[in-house]
Amino acid sequence: MTKSKYSKSFLLKLYQQMLEIRLFEESLIEPILSGEIKTPCHLYTGEEAVAVGVCAALNKKDYAFGNHRSHGHYLAKGGDLKALMSEIFGKSTGCSRGRGGSMHIIDKKAGFLGATPIIAGTVPLAVGTALALKIKKKNRLTVTFFGDGATAEGVISEAFNFSALHKLPILFICENNLYATHMPITESLANPKIYLQPKTYGIKSVRADGNDVIKVFETAKKMITQIKKHKGPAFIEFLTYRMRGHVGPDDNIQGTHTDIRKSREIEVWKKRDPIKKMEKFLIKNKFLDQSKIKKNYQKINKKIEQAKTFSRHSPYPKKNELLKYVFKK
Amino acid sequence: MFLKNKKQINKRFLSYSLAINEAVYQMMSKNKSVFVIGQGVKSPWYVGNTCRDLLKKFGPKMVMDTPISENVTTGVGIGAGMVNMKPIVIFPRMDFMMYALDPIINEAANWHYMFGGKANADVVIRAIINRGGEQGAQHSQALQSLFTHIPGLKVVMPATAYDAKGLMISAIRDPNPVIYIDDRWLYDVKDHVPQKIYSVPIGKGAIRKIGKDITIVAISYMVKEALIAAAELRKQKIDAEIIDLRSAWPIDIPLIIKSVKKTGRLLITEAAWSSGSISSEINSQIARQSFKYLKAPIERLCLPDCPAPVSKILEQAYYLTSKDVIKKVKNILNYV
Ligand SMILES: Cc1ncc(C[n+]2csc(CCOP(=O)(O)OP(=O)(O)O)c2C)c(N)n1
Repeated sequence: MTKSKYSKSFLLKLYQQMLEIRLFEESLIEPILSGEIKTPCHLYTGEEAVAVGVCAALNKKDYAFGNHRSHGHYLAKGGDLKALMSEIFGKSTGCSRGRGGSMHIIDKKAGFLGATPIIAGTVPLAVGTALALKIKKKNRLTVTFFGDGATAEGVISEAFNFSALHKLPILFICENNLYATHMPITESLANPKIYLQPKTYGIKSVRADGNDVIKVFETAKKMITQIKKHKGPAFIEFLTYRMRGHVGPDDNIQGTHTDIRKSREIEVWKKRDPIKKMEKFLIKNKFLDQSKIKKNYQKINKKIEQAKTFSRHSPYPKKNELLKYVFKK
Repeated sequence: MFLKNKKQINKRFLSYSLAINEAVYQMMSKNKSVFVIGQGVKSPWYVGNTCRDLLKKFGPKMVMDTPISENVTTGVGIGAGMVNMKPIVIFPRMDFMMYALDPIINEAANWHYMFGGKANADVVIRAIINRGGEQGAQHSQALQSLFTHIPGLKVVMPATAYDAKGLMISAIRDPNPVIYIDDRWLYDVKDHVPQKIYSVPIGKGAIRKIGKDITIVAISYMVKEALIAAAELRKQKIDAEIIDLRSAWPIDIPLIIKSVKKTGRLLITEAAWSSGSISSEINSQIARQSFKYLKAPIERLCLPDCPAPVSKILEQAYYLTSKDVIKKVKNILNYV
């Protein structure tokens, strides 16, 4: 990244959003370790640039769907931070009213239509919303986030074919963090160049650096233009890396550290931390200095702490309301 | 009276999860056609230790970890079983199995019948119930009744370590598609597990405690809670007979009838939804076949008909314990 063609306020917004996701995720670690948070949390630390860069290219009224690792998608799409925190704490003030936990989150107001942990489960639903947008002639689109591992599910190929056949306004975002739980991508995909998969359906598809938020934004913008111009789906594979375990702070199973990733590999990716990278860029452009960085951290940490306090003081759902919400009344 | 073998003290105890592991290990050693295929079989977690040492001993061809592709993986297992292999397809969580319903229900279950008995789907499909811990709706489901509904599938649900091993061996030996369902909440349960290869018959229940006042048919995890409840009830001079169903299909109806003839009361308990379930099937069959022996209506103690919630308060209200069993038993005994 060299000299910027973007405004200071836009760039600072991207930076602050990434930082907010990072600090949110990291703030969960202590309560996870102490047992205060039980719901399984798949942390997004390290992948923030993807959600933030993509969502910055969307309009507020565009739709988004997520997966099991979706705190970042939810926040970047404009989801309410307090409600997410409360959901993770299992409180009635949570975004799913304490019924969903970390893995089942939603903020309809923000256009975040749902994240669920069955791999690839929301992808066809996202295609459905794109179909509805087309039928209703709305000039909007849907984005669906999923991992590299998810592309091994048959429904992903079905979604490619269906959305290409019907020329639907959908942006597929594959976050390739090189692993699916304990499986390196080379052991689960015959061809690890995931961006090639949708091409046979005639879908515009590219691969890009997922740790450079400006590049992410630009790639998403470009592909959205394609969607509007060609009236059909587009696909982006972002290369990124999770800096935490598959679920929880690290892959500590049965008392032993079992992250199968090589420590050398982890070190290399740490140097590509998307937030550090953006910080450097902003400093170079004189948009940011050490004291401002500190203030940013403090401001965001304070917001997160307030959300935690709010969550801790919020009531649990009532026992006698267990059956509430099975059906819409 | 609780049934206990006096000699048990000298016998080897093994946990439920390691009993599954031992069954698979021994059967793979004995029969070179047996192989495992599924997600996580080579992970450091080894599917809760049930796949421990398998990869080391038998190698990646026979212990095959897979992409996140439940549909094709299951079909692949079933196909291999058609040409002299004996696959054990593993689902580390039952919820992930929904992508595999087509090969299980349309293909495997129908295979033998629709080809007039000329071919069979020789496969074990192992599904794990993994609930609680604030995991929520898509990571907590106990969906056994989907499978008991389908002709052509056998469904086993061991509640003890002894049965976990014996039923796995029977499932591997059975030429039909067998859905083997184990429960994470039982993994640390330890009981007597012989070192040798032995089988537990599919379709036969077991009496875990003899009693005269009420029959409790418990399925899988609820056997444990029912036994705790029975011990408590005995202090209050209520003598419950506990039947461990062991096989959810075929159901051992004769065993239940025999017991109900004696007690005149029946409670069926299962840590799964009640509507349209194994429990309702037992209820209906016993109501018809043992009508004249019943002193009170048959009752069921199952999960509320609601997806698994997350919040701990709701989880507490949702899941069943021995206390719920006790309450239900007393209700039935108070029926006049
Ligand atoms: C249908 C289904 N199968 C298996 C799982 C278990 N599972 C949860 S996350 C995960 C790995 C997903 O990998 P990827 O899609 O690359 O996303 P990442 O976790 O790397 O962000 C698996 C296998 C699941 N949740 N759903």
